[in-house]
Amino acid sequence: MDNKTIRFIRRGELVSLGNVPPDRTLLELLREDLGCTGTKEGCNEGDCGACTVVLAEPDQGGLRWRAVNSCIRLAHSVDGTAVYTVEDLAPAEGPLHPAQEAMVQCHGSQCGFCTPGFVMSLFGMYQNHVCRGERIDRALAQVELSGNLCRCTGYRPILDAAQRMAELPPVRVDEAALLAQLQGIAPRAASGGYMAPTTLADLLAVRAAHPQAQIVAGTTDVGLWITKMHKRYEQVLDVTRVSELRRIEPWGETQGLSIGAAVSLTDAFAALVGQRPALQTFAERFAGLPVRNAGTLGGNIANGSPIGDSMPLLIALGAQLVLASARGERTLALEDFYTGYRKTVLAPDEVVARVLVPGPSQGEFLRAYKISKRYDDDISAICLVIAMQREGNAVRSVRIGAGGVAATPARARQAEALLAGRPWTAEAAEAAAERLRAEFSPISDMRASAAYRRQVLGNLMTRFWLESQGATSLNLENFRLDDEVTA
Amino acid sequence: MNARDKDFDAASGGGPGGAADAGERNLAPATQSPHAPAQAMPAVGSSRIHESARAQVAGRATYIDDIPELRGTLHAAPILSPVAHGSLRGVDAQPALALPGVRGVVLAADIPGDPVLATFVHDEPIFARDSVQHVGQVIGLVVADSVQSARRAARLVKLDIEALPAVLDVRAAHAAQSYVLPPVVVRRGEPEAALTASAHRLQGQLEVGGQEHFYLEGQVAYAIPREQGQWHIHSSTQHPGEVQHWVAHALGLENNAVTVECRRMGGGFGGKETQAGHMAVWAALAARKLGRPVKLRLDRDDDFMITGKRHPFAYDWQVGFDDSGRITALKLDMLANCGFSADLSGPVADRAIFHTDNAYFLSDVEIASYRCKTNVQSHTAFRGFGGPQGVIAIEAILGDIARHLRLDPLQVRLRNLYSEEVVQSPSTGSGRTDVASLQAVPTPTVRAEPVEAPRRNTTHYQMKVEDNILEPLISELAKTSRYEERRARIARWNAQSPVIKRGIALTPVKFGISFTATFFNQAGALVHVFTDGSVQLNHGGTEMGQGLHTKIMQVVADELGVPFERVRCTATETGKVPNASATAASSGTDLNGRAAQFAARNIRDNLAAFVAGLDGCGAGAVRLRAGEVISPTCTRSFDEVVRLAYANRIQLWSDGFYRTPKIHYDKVTLTGRPFYYFSYGAACSEVAIDTLTGESRVLAVDILHDVGTSINPAIDIGQIEGGFVQGMGWLTTEQLVWTADGKLATHAPSTYKIPATGDIPEHFTVALWPEPNREDNVGGSKAVGEPPFMLGISVWEAIRDAVASAGAPQNASRLVAPATPENVLRALGGV
Repeated sequence: MDNKTIRFIRRGELVSLGNVPPDRTLLELLREDLGCTGTKEGCNEGDCGACTVVLAEPDQGGLRWRAVNSCIRLAHSVDGTAVYTVEDLAPAEGPLHPAQEAMVQCHGSQCGFCTPGFVMSLFGMYQNHVCRGERIDRALAQVELSGNLCRCTGYRPILDAAQRMAELPPVRVDEAALLAQLQGIAPRAASGGYMAPTTLADLLAVRAAHPQAQIVAGTTDVGLWITKMHKRYEQVLDVTRVSELRRIEPWGETQGLSIGAAVSLTDAFAALVGQRPALQTFAERFAGLPVRNAGTLGGNIANGSPIGDSMPLLIALGAQLVLASARGERTLALEDFYTGYRKTVLAPDEVVARVLVPGPSQGEFLRAYKISKRYDDDISAICLVIAMQREGNAVRSVRIGAGGVAATPARARQAEALLAGRPWTAEAAEAAAERLRAEFSPISDMRASAAYRRQVLGNLMTRFWLESQGATSLNLENFRLDDEVTA
Repeated sequence: MNARDKDFDAASGGGPGGAADAGERNLAPATQSPHAPAQAMPAVGSSRIHESARAQVAGRATYIDDIPELRGTLHAAPILSPVAHGSLRGVDAQPALALPGVRGVVLAADIPGDPVLATFVHDEPIFARDSVQHVGQVIGLVVADSVQSARRAARLVKLDIEALPAVLDVRAAHAAQSYVLPPVVVRRGEPEAALTASAHRLQGQLEVGGQEHFYLEGQVAYAIPREQGQWHIHSSTQHPGEVQHWVAHALGLENNAVTVECRRMGGGFGGKETQAGHMAVWAALAARKLGRPVKLRLDRDDDFMITGKRHPFAYDWQVGFDDSGRITALKLDMLANCGFSADLSGPVADRAIFHTDNAYFLSDVEIASYRCKTNVQSHTAFRGFGGPQGVIAIEAILGDIARHLRLDPLQVRLRNLYSEEVVQSPSTGSGRTDVASLQAVPTPTVRAEPVEAPRRNTTHYQMKVEDNILEPLISELAKTSRYEERRARIARWNAQSPVIKRGIALTPVKFGISFTATFFNQAGALVHVFTDGSVQLNHGGTEMGQGLHTKIMQVVADELGVPFERVRCTATETGKVPNASATAASSGTDLNGRAAQFAARNIRDNLAAFVAGLDGCGAGAVRLRAGEVISPTCTRSFDEVVRLAYANRIQLWSDGFYRTPKIHYDKVTLTGRPFYYFSYGAACSEVAIDTLTGESRVLAVDILHDVGTSINPAIDIGQIEGGFVQGMGWLTTEQLVWTADGKLATHAPSTYKIPATGDIPEHFTVALWPEPNREDNVGGSKAVGEPPFMLGISVWEAIRDAVASAGAPQNASRLVAPATPENVLRALGGV
């Protein structure tokens, strides 16, 4: 099948590449087709960040800068964007970019193999923060570099470099000129093996016509099917260009949100945190920044992994899912979307169109707990999200979403039933904890044993109880030493 | 052949009185130079940036997979065993060969030389032949036009394997006496009698997990056939000389037919000491069969499946001690999980024995070391090389003693340090000293004993600890980290905190520097001065990010009195400096730096003698510094002197050779002086644990570490911080999990979690101990690569401290390493 030409901007020039297979990755394109070996393959699964590149694309009249993993990103997905690799930040003989110079000055590079990826994450931070006059503090650096692994330095010098960039002589991209260039190569209509429709109507028509085509969005999971399971795809249907799916809009009577399926996890979580600040840390702990920048909320949901973190949250928030096909739309509760391990009710001609999330109600007490071996960029052994509405001392309603406990993301209906309408007491919490332990039959795997998962499910209900009583210093997520110790 | 294991042979020149002691021109220590040392030392001691940093941040530093490929280059991918143990009855490669772009399959039958790798024990087939011994063992290769085609095709090869019972558990292997090498027992005094006589006794078990290296650059080699049966191998290796030897052995060639080159590695950590050799041998065999250059770059998952890790250990111990917590007897069984072959397990397990004392005097002691054979990857070198597995055992035991006696663990540690105190028999009850506060630290006892009286300064392998600085070093760190005050605060805080518990620990490290195989402690270098006055340096060490090249460039620049910028270091290559030892055992700078210094010194001597002739002065009056050559009557630029010297046919290049003095070691009795000196350090770590979930966080870390006189403080601090964080990872987040059928389930960074940015404590300080190496070592420095790794044990002990404070003190002893949330909750009794 013909594959349309990929066009993108690099170093101010138009790059135009024909006959690129739809399942070729951006990293392969860079290293093998273009011979640009500055970008490294560390893990080929989007976990180490050595392959990080930065994409710039038109967005709401301006430019949007995103660090992404090139190893699991399809080459065709950069059509119409500007691609920056580590080789593109500074002329061969000229001064280094502040992101690079800061790494040199702070001794942030030892073996140097992760370095290009860190430099590109730093460049993304430079464009998104330094160029906008925002200060980069250590906490921000830790969050935005969480998708880059270094085995040599212990990170301290790299965190220093992130904070030093702004002190160096500034380097600015001429955004207006780049924007004009990008507008000249706006992505064209879907065709060939890599189909990227721009309207929902086109998407649904293509979906109906090519039900066998692999739907992709950020390819943060499908990318691994290619790189690790060695699957081949002759037809790929990219939903991320569909304008209707890229929107976040107000929804419903409760000031809720309608989040398009192709909205990135970064943007989706920003909107959710905007409504519910308690979710800030949970959002930051979802994968690493390059994955949040590439992956979409709709993709996380449609993929249906039992260990994805957004579903327990959305189930607890009472989210609904709108599925669309050329036949029309239907709406269902998120928990009803899943029928088995990675199985859903999605019909062959259907796509996930948007997620409807009710706004916070008066008196909502919400906590999202994630337990993993590593604090950042890890997959949950257990994820438990509890949203409770209280009236006086009683539970008016409660919704509990759980991940890592069953073949699908799950709603803890039994524990909910135990609590609803009852007084909220230590005894009730303990009973709910016991019910949570009994309600699911988790498996043992490399992340945790079934016994641990079951025990901690209940223990997290205990934590929720204590937090609801105003206890603090209960969760290491936000635990800080008092000043006297670190002074 | 792996040289680490070979017996020391005095006649070959490794030790005192060896034949090589006589008549070598390069053995003069620094102080014997005919010239006064340069007044200014502009390069050494300054925090020069890494010589490749600017290229690395610009993406212009070349790693092996970045080398432009020669025309016709093919790519290989391994065929892996899916079975932990079995008979290999057949291989059907037809489905793979049918795939477009596939050029061939390489199996054991295609090996022209010895089908067994040239390791010391000679127990590891290049490709599995009749049997498979672990999931992930390489049976052969598929070679194709692209990496993707090769990897896809490798999965299509059909294997006929009859499964056999597999041994996966180290204790089961020990029970079955399944070993890769015979057990080793080191013993001093009368441990049984001393145990019986001890005022207190404890016994216990400990399980400590392994560790994946997770070098960011995976294993890779590029084999290029050259004319007349010669080979050029690009290998990401810490030991080019061994790769050369292995490749020649497998191809049935002499070593002189094979050149191995490594400009840099994207991380090594021990994982590319022997394991890189496999890649090179495989690529060369494929290149030979297909007559084309072949590159073999492992996918990260395959790298996890194939290559060995840090050895997991299990321990059974009994300890006797007095009321003050001073150890009076120790019996320790160490079970090293070696995997399916010996690899470096012998010397790794030996070093675990050598470091079971860590910093402490063990009077009556028996250590039995079992090198257990299991059906998993062949475990290998990893930063610390068995040292961490020795150190954690004694630190855990001391922690348990302190909790048993309800004493401060730091005071118990101080009480047990090596010292000049005269040894007293256990029955005298020597340890009743009051240790209620830090000020009560025992000071060297001065008394009129005969000089021969044994003192608490000799290790269980009979090496005298002459350079001990730990007592003042620990005291200083305890003061600057406000250990006592914080411990009291933490106790008060814990008393009112029902869920979160904090813990603190201050642990030291004493690490022996030198390869325990004495003859490995030699190095060569080659320094060229070109006619324009620029300097090119080559040495036998490899650069894996540790800044070795940078440090040696600093040493050479100062020796020649030229600016640092005039010196360039080129790729490590077996054709330039032959027979080089592995860059390992923290010895890179000590060995190669001295060799390079000697090479540069020879050139300096030539230039000085030449200038002395011109100016009619003694050579000793000529100084080279800051790019100038200064005689009493004339100052010339270095470049001018080089030009004049060349015109007068003076040699402007030289080799240099160094071998470590003083060391000797009897492999049979495991006694002697295996180490030239010790590196010291200590860390104070504070943690918090969640008693509902078992999660933990490191809150604050203070380190005081001994690098002697630092050649490059920024690079040394980088090694200390990086080593500490890697050690912390080993004991916290980095868990290796094998399934019941022997497959490594933690197969990639998605499932195997090394520390990330968020794991680094906000409070994290590193200070350097301000004292030169007491032995004559390059620039007065000390080795720094491995010792800081063991500072991570302070985190482990702090977590155990927190666990103890959350319940019964003995809960701490139940903690299994790594301290994952599940293991912590289990120790607390919560699972």
